[in-house]
Amino acid sequence: MICTMSRSMFRTTASILSAIAAASLLLAAAPAAQDGAKTLKIVSSLPRTGSANSQTTSIVNGIKMAIEERGGMVDGYAIAYDDMDDASPQKGNWDPQVESANAKKAINDPAVVGYIGTYNSGAAKVSMPMLNKAGLVMVSPGNTHTGLTKPGTGEPNEPAVYRPTGKITYFRVVPADDIQGAVACEFCRGDLGAKKVFLLHDRELYGKGIADVFRKSAQASGMEVVGFEGIDPKASNYRSLVTKIRAAAPDVVFYGGTTQTNAAQVLKDLRSGSCKVPFVTPDGTFEKAYIEAAGKDAMSPESGPVYITFGGLPSEQLTGLGAEFVKKYQAKHGEIPEAYAVYGYEAGRVLLDAIDRAETKDRAAIIAAVAATKDFQGALGTWSFDANGDTTNRMMSVNTVKDGEFAFVKAAGGGAGKAN
Amino acid sequence: MQRAVAAAEQLAILALARADGLPAFAADGALSSWEVFGQQLVTGLSNGMIIALIAIGYTMVYGIVELINFAHGDLCMLGAFFALTAVGALGMSEWGGAGGAVGLVSLLVATAFFCGALNWSINRLAYRPLRKASKLSLLVSAIGASFILVNLGLFWGGMPMDVFAGGNSSAAPKAFPALVEPEPAAHLGDVIVSRPDVLVLLVTVPLMGALTWLVRFTKLGKAMRAVAQNPTAAALMGIDVERVIGATFFIGGSLGGFATVVYSIYNQTVSFQMGYRMGMDAFIAAVLGGIGNLPGAVLGGLLIGVVRAMSDQYIETRWTNAVVFGILILILVFRPSGLLGAKLREKV
Repeated sequence: MICTMSRSMFRTTASILSAIAAASLLLAAAPAAQDGAKTLKIVSSLPRTGSANSQTTSIVNGIKMAIEERGGMVDGYAIAYDDMDDASPQKGNWDPQVESANAKKAINDPAVVGYIGTYNSGAAKVSMPMLNKAGLVMVSPGNTHTGLTKPGTGEPNEPAVYRPTGKITYFRVVPADDIQGAVACEFCRGDLGAKKVFLLHDRELYGKGIADVFRKSAQASGMEVVGFEGIDPKASNYRSLVTKIRAAAPDVVFYGGTTQTNAAQVLKDLRSGSCKVPFVTPDGTFEKAYIEAAGKDAMSPESGPVYITFGGLPSEQLTGLGAEFVKKYQAKHGEIPEAYAVYGYEAGRVLLDAIDRAETKDRAAIIAAVAATKDFQGALGTWSFDANGDTTNRMMSVNTVKDGEFAFVKAAGGGAGKAN
Repeated sequence: MQRAVAAAEQLAILALARADGLPAFAADGALSSWEVFGQQLVTGLSNGMIIALIAIGYTMVYGIVELINFAHGDLCMLGAFFALTAVGALGMSEWGGAGGAVGLVSLLVATAFFCGALNWSINRLAYRPLRKASKLSLLVSAIGASFILVNLGLFWGGMPMDVFAGGNSSAAPKAFPALVEPEPAAHLGDVIVSRPDVLVLLVTVPLMGALTWLVRFTKLGKAMRAVAQNPTAAALMGIDVERVIGATFFIGGSLGGFATVVYSIYNQTVSFQMGYRMGMDAFIAAVLGGIGNLPGAVLGGLLIGVVRAMSDQYIETRWTNAVVFGILILILVFRPSGLLGAKLREKV
């Protein structure tokens, strides 16, 4: 049985390889098509393999809807779209090698004028400098690590290290973690009345970044940080860590991490270890996979409260164009989209809008057009890109889990950005 | 409207929580340093016993065919998927009381049989044809078997069942129902011994006892020891060497099956990638104790479990892997054959 299995798997691998070969042949032929049929291409690079898949599927659907709304045409040019995967099955998460290959592929295809991605801040670190050098615009629907754009918030060499040409070619439609970390901290201190916090992070760019912001805000607001630990995101359990947490007796535990870096396991071990304090996680866990991985027991109210902050409003709470998007999405796909779908949609819309405004349809003109985005009437309200490439939108929300579904608790943020 | 009500309700809960200064949520007070130590010891021993049970599978196979069976951890992973499928198909998480206990025992036995049979088949198909080939071919074959098992797990994760979250995302970690509720079974001061901790103890200790009895006092055990010492001589004495090797694979695999059920209940998570971590910890334990040596594997497993817990507590979580591998290097430098792996086996 195992022999036949391996043989059929070999066959599958062989057919995948030949498909890739065929695809690269097509790519090589693309420049010729560009002159004749006037086709511009947008690509996205998101983790499509692994537990982030249901989140990224809805982002991709959002991008596709933005293209369809314009009938697949912008200013007389046909828009082609390629949905690339930056995860590998070995990691079940984004993979630096795959992300770098995706960036190279996009750069070498002259028809490509826009790169939507990435979902993970760590992945952006890989492709940002490559795309910057090549002069290809990058619009992220999901990166929230502050250091990617804002000087003085991350490592000392950030964000210059991602901009080798010195020009701004990277933009994001989602508010960054300096706001989210501060909102999470303010929620723990103000709404939960916590005086002592235990901070955990997954040692990734995003997770450690937001935990750092939380620590800074906590210290500024007089909350005591009783522990700050980088955990092993692949450990089988965190029982011993839970004992350490119990010994420190915090009022709240915050984990800067994602579903893919074991947030659900940390929660389960806390609850199994009779530690019922509120467990707060950032937007990297704002996806169904988090609830599925944690299971009913750990998420039940008797086990202790669970909160998830998110850089924006959940789909059900959107108003105006955003609410319309959710309605259309639901009609088309039969379900309420995951939280980041609207950012995929917004990233697609803002990019198409810039292509529309650009005088010539070359990469440089499109970068300039994206950077010039001002008072954009989007699904997330009216916003602009600032000088760093960040959105001026600062709306945040705090959510919890109820009966196996995310439930909105309150909107936050707006003016809160004092973490720096 | 309903949403607004729900949100208002949440805010009310928050307000309540705030008014009381979170009494309901607070941990049961600070632990004294001795209680912390005791709790870490409990955690370390529980994790260690699971590791030990898996490590026995490595060490038995190594002892008899000198093969590091890299597929062993992934075999355990498939066992966990098998157990989760059974739990989902039979709705086992709803069974309570005596039915639940019988169900749990049946689940343990069925998974053990599944893993044992799978390990036996892997030996039959991937290792036995290479018995006369160089050890390296055997090792590469084991790595290949490991890849196949991981990918089988990836497919299996896409199973359209409720317990697999509808199979929406095959690579996502799945929640394993808490068949044994993670509630305290005993309090020693503030040190909590939970019911899963007790389960670990109740499963692993009798199994290790049974294995010791089997190896020391049965005919099969005698044959296993003979084959380990010298397969040619054993064959000359009329021992069916291949049958003994097959039995070893079956027993090692079924211990892994027991371990994986306990592991899944203890951690409440299964994922197609869990085999790597399970296998890595167990392999280190086997080497630490002296590979090929049964008590050594148990000692190594317990040691790794306890060292991990203590390092998490007293050093820092991010150094734990470095500490474990550091100890492994030190022990191999000063005792190359492991802690107990002195002169029990003599092979050229």
